[in-house]
Amino acid sequence: METDAALRGSGFAEGDGDPRGIVDPIRARAPAIGALRRLRRSPIVVAGTAILALMALIGVAAPLLTSIDPAAINPAFRNQLPGAVETVRNDDGTRSQRRHWLGTDSLGRDVQSRVVYGARTSLAVGALVALVSVAIGLAIGLFAGYVRWADAIVMRVMDGLMAIPAILLAIAVVSLSSAGIVAVVLAIVVPEVPRVVRLVRAVVLSVREEPYVEAAVAAGTPGPTIVVRHILPNTVPPLIVQATYIAASAILIEAILSFLGVGIPPETPTWGNIMAEGRTLFRVYPHTILVPGVLLALTILSINLLGDGLRDTLDPRMRKRL
Amino acid sequence: MLGFLTRRLIATIPVMAIVAVLVFAMLRLTPGDPASIIAGASATSADVAGIREKLGLDRPIVAQFAIWIGNVLTGNFGESFYFKRTVASLVADRIEPTLALATLTMLWSIAVAVPLGVIAAYKQGTWVDRVVMGFSVLGFSVPVFVIGYALIYVFAIELAWLPVQGYQSLREGFWGFLQRLILPSLTLSVIYIALVARITRTSVLEVLGEDYIRTARAKGLPRTTVLMRHALRNAAVPIVTVIGIGVGLLIGGVVVTESVFSIPGLGRLTVDAVLARDYPTVQAVILLFSVVYVLLNLLVDVAYTFLDPRIRI
Repeated sequence: METDAALRGSGFAEGDGDPRGIVDPIRARAPAIGALRRLRRSPIVVAGTAILALMALIGVAAPLLTSIDPAAINPAFRNQLPGAVETVRNDDGTRSQRRHWLGTDSLGRDVQSRVVYGARTSLAVGALVALVSVAIGLAIGLFAGYVRWADAIVMRVMDGLMAIPAILLAIAVVSLSSAGIVAVVLAIVVPEVPRVVRLVRAVVLSVREEPYVEAAVAAGTPGPTIVVRHILPNTVPPLIVQATYIAASAILIEAILSFLGVGIPPETPTWGNIMAEGRTLFRVYPHTILVPGVLLALTILSINLLGDGLRDTLDPRMRKRL
Repeated sequence: MLGFLTRRLIATIPVMAIVAVLVFAMLRLTPGDPASIIAGASATSADVAGIREKLGLDRPIVAQFAIWIGNVLTGNFGESFYFKRTVASLVADRIEPTLALATLTMLWSIAVAVPLGVIAAYKQGTWVDRVVMGFSVLGFSVPVFVIGYALIYVFAIELAWLPVQGYQSLREGFWGFLQRLILPSLTLSVIYIALVARITRTSVLEVLGEDYIRTARAKGLPRTTVLMRHALRNAAVPIVTVIGIGVGLLIGGVVVTESVFSIPGLGRLTVDAVLARDYPTVQAVILLFSVVYVLLNLLVDVAYTFLDPRIRI
């Protein structure tokens, strides 16, 4: 049992050949199906996916989980403890009661509904940053890797960008425009792009020397076609892994920026700005920091676990690189 | 040896030049005219023109860059828009807390992380290994400020063992200085320990399979000698590399940690300057952090030559 589990965790022990010597025809023909099967068997990947799915569900079902507007300010009902019951007057004159399960913040906004809606922002930022960084990085990386004269220039600029610590660079970029989701996404994309470029370029440089690429060149295939048809597919597996890690790091950086007050403004609730709001009264109401903090950590953890699982199945060579 | 060092030193010049161009371009990209921001709301157009001329803002952009880089190289980062004093003096005031926090954290993190990684590699697959790796994954996932507030909650509020926030200069007494650095340093160390322990485990694990380890064991050397002298020494290059790269993470962490613990250092200054749109200060701090980062990684390259003589060639 023990060795079985160890084999499963190591990623490359399975899949390529059946230990009993039987070649699974489906697996041999479609590596994607084999990879999916291996992913499904890894307990870490399953756990990561489950937590992530739960967070996504919280984000999507936010209106069902709370009936209170996360941005509504109520000066008469500020800084309430978790579970506080507020009596509200309805439009028709009747009174009803509503409970603030996580209390209210210093502007009287419902913390629970902010936390629930905050899941949306965090996940959206993670997904957007991953997509945009990969798209830009892929384009630049393919160009730099394939067009020899451009390589040195592009890579020096990337080295320069990577010499600025990521969070500092993000803070600097965000300071250039007014705060908001677009500015924050852009600010996180800038430090992530060089990492994607390096990865793509490394793949291009190694694939470029492969016999099938040389054959395509000899057959007179135009450069752009070679890049798209023969080189691009090789970058997909490592990019999927990288995109997962980028999403995790983007969620983390967004939270940091919003926590420092330079990120997404408080009208749009994010876990980062809920915690920023909770700072002043942390001694009395530690839950305003701890609840979004735990959700944030769980989300990032689940994406990182998913990334580790994807890396082990899709790109075993990367295991050595951390 | 000297040739290797010279080559490495020369190789950092284009990187620093690109950083300088990026940081300079950043200020030029900002909306609004720096001269009118410095002059303030009540300034006349003649005042603004005077400042513009004084700062060289009326010159072509290349000339402006040359003036700016010349000033920076002589330690003149200009005047802060917001704090109304020279950026150089502002930065000089804030260096001590940041330097103390970062150095302390680095030293003890490495002292903890490397042995942890070696033990995890040696005991691969046991619960010790799983605990270390679990901590490592967790360390990457929990944001710095969440760790900070959790530590404040437990050690400063519930147990009241340590002060909640603040900083005390080393000159005002060692204990007060250290006491206020314990929680920030613990906070900051988590991600660094996670990173260094993980790479130590991976690279020691790789080396442990080598023939010379088997030989060393077979000749009856004590376990610690095998691990420390034969395994760790040969696994050192990737570890030292990551220690250098991790400084980037550490700098990002410093910015957050100083905000959580109200430490008046360079990290806090960065955030304040960004919030006040004080671009000369932002430029100076980013440039300074990047130079430190690049130089530390240069130092790492130098360390390679001591750890692995093969690299010298």
